[in-house]
Amino acid sequence: MRIFDPHIHMTSRTTDDYRRMYDAGVRALVEPAFWLGQPRTSPGTFADYFDGLLGWEPYRAAQYGIRHHCAIALNPKEANDPRCRPVLDLLPRYLAKDGVVAVGEVGYDEMTPAEDEVFQAQLALAAEHGLPVLVHTPHRDKAAGTRRTLEVVKDSGLPPERVLVDHLNEMTAGMVADSGCWLGFSVYPDTKMDVHRMIALLRQYGTERILVNSAADWGHSDPLKTRAVGDAMLADGFTEADVEQVLWTNPVTFYGQSGRLDLADDAAPAADYAGNTIKRGVAP
Amino acid sequence: MIPPVRPRLTEDGTRWLDAAEAKVKADPGAVLALFPAAGRACGRGPLPETGWTVDLAVRATLLTALPLDGEALGELLFDLYTHGDTAERLGVLAGLDALDGRLGDAGLPIVRDALRTSDTRLIGAALGSYGAARLPAEAYRQAVLKCVFTGVPLDTVRGLDTRADRELARMMADFARERAAAGREVPADIWPVVERHPEVLAELTTELPSLSSGAL
Repeated sequence: MRIFDPHIHMTSRTTDDYRRMYDAGVRALVEPAFWLGQPRTSPGTFADYFDGLLGWEPYRAAQYGIRHHCAIALNPKEANDPRCRPVLDLLPRYLAKDGVVAVGEVGYDEMTPAEDEVFQAQLALAAEHGLPVLVHTPHRDKAAGTRRTLEVVKDSGLPPERVLVDHLNEMTAGMVADSGCWLGFSVYPDTKMDVHRMIALLRQYGTERILVNSAADWGHSDPLKTRAVGDAMLADGFTEADVEQVLWTNPVTFYGQSGRLDLADDAAPAADYAGNTIKRGVAP
Repeated sequence: MIPPVRPRLTEDGTRWLDAAEAKVKADPGAVLALFPAAGRACGRGPLPETGWTVDLAVRATLLTALPLDGEALGELLFDLYTHGDTAERLGVLAGLDALDGRLGDAGLPIVRDALRTSDTRLIGAALGSYGAARLPAEAYRQAVLKCVFTGVPLDTVRGLDTRADRELARMMADFARERAAAGREVPADIWPVVERHPEVLAELTTELPSLSSGAL
């Protein structure tokens, strides 16, 4: 089973996770920029974070045979801190990079005017740079937030097939399906979405426009949930081709719209590695 | 120095590089947007028998078109480097050798930053002829030791002929002792450095006969 995790925060994960992900079939992933447990207070820490998503993290992933791309954005929660607003001025330089395959995560946290402004500005940047967009939907008041998200996306003029609306559930999947945007589901150990509900949603909405991710980060989460969904799909009677479509082809099609997805030679580490660094002299 | 890249470019690639060089000559700030696009515009394949790739050579070539020198050139290069992804950072490091005469010491902050990273590609690229010629002795020794420690092959490291002094040989010998004490493999790359200083070599091989370079 070949897996592309379209949304996972590897910066928060260990090399053990990379090893287990590779063993489970993960060969590529996208790490979108998001908030951390601790709020940031200056654009400089964002620049360092973005540099990590483009430098160190892809290098680390490559040691374990996994291709790493990223999405770059100012997330909605930190958009509310005026000290972080200058991050918007950094974005054009980062959106020009080869490893950046989308703008994201953008969207709403509490649906404030500041979030409106930053969301709309970044949709415009996506249009300008020819990049697809990964949209986070709020954890609280999700249905209202998703409805408002879809209105803003529509007003932006971006074609719906360039927009992935994520963290959906039974309440929000239908309206996103009607909008023509891609449907994203974050399968978590306890919250958001679980494996069995995911199977029911795949039965209801089909495999054509659905992406499944682990969204694993610094909270309680599991980077192998993508594989668990694949196994559950097969057990439920979906074909191997269905699994390939959801776990590989759909993410490749969506992020491939950037023209920057590089999956050639996807198992070759970027460089040999040893010593006081991640491999510590032992081959993975 | 930078291998000629134009013969390997497509017509579109050549046109892009010609236009990019002209823009950079007219306005150095234009390099900020052009530099990240080099791989997409010109390709990333290997340049045979050089160890370079097309995007690496295109980026380094683009830097030589900058109408700047000294501190002003150093500051722009540092900005490109520090906001660059790994391919761009390698492009800046690869351009330093060709810019040495115009830069003076103004490119050293870039070399020092690359040597502080844990990315072996950046560490190796920092020890081109520019870094090898301009780093102070202590920093050069630490850099070479870091290469051996992290597995960057010394055959791409410049300056060993003139800068591999007795102190570096001593550091390599101590590293070998440490590895031997831990029951771990001693990298073969320490020997060319240790062998330049027969008394350091003799001391090491007397102490640890099983470690002689011939045995490896």
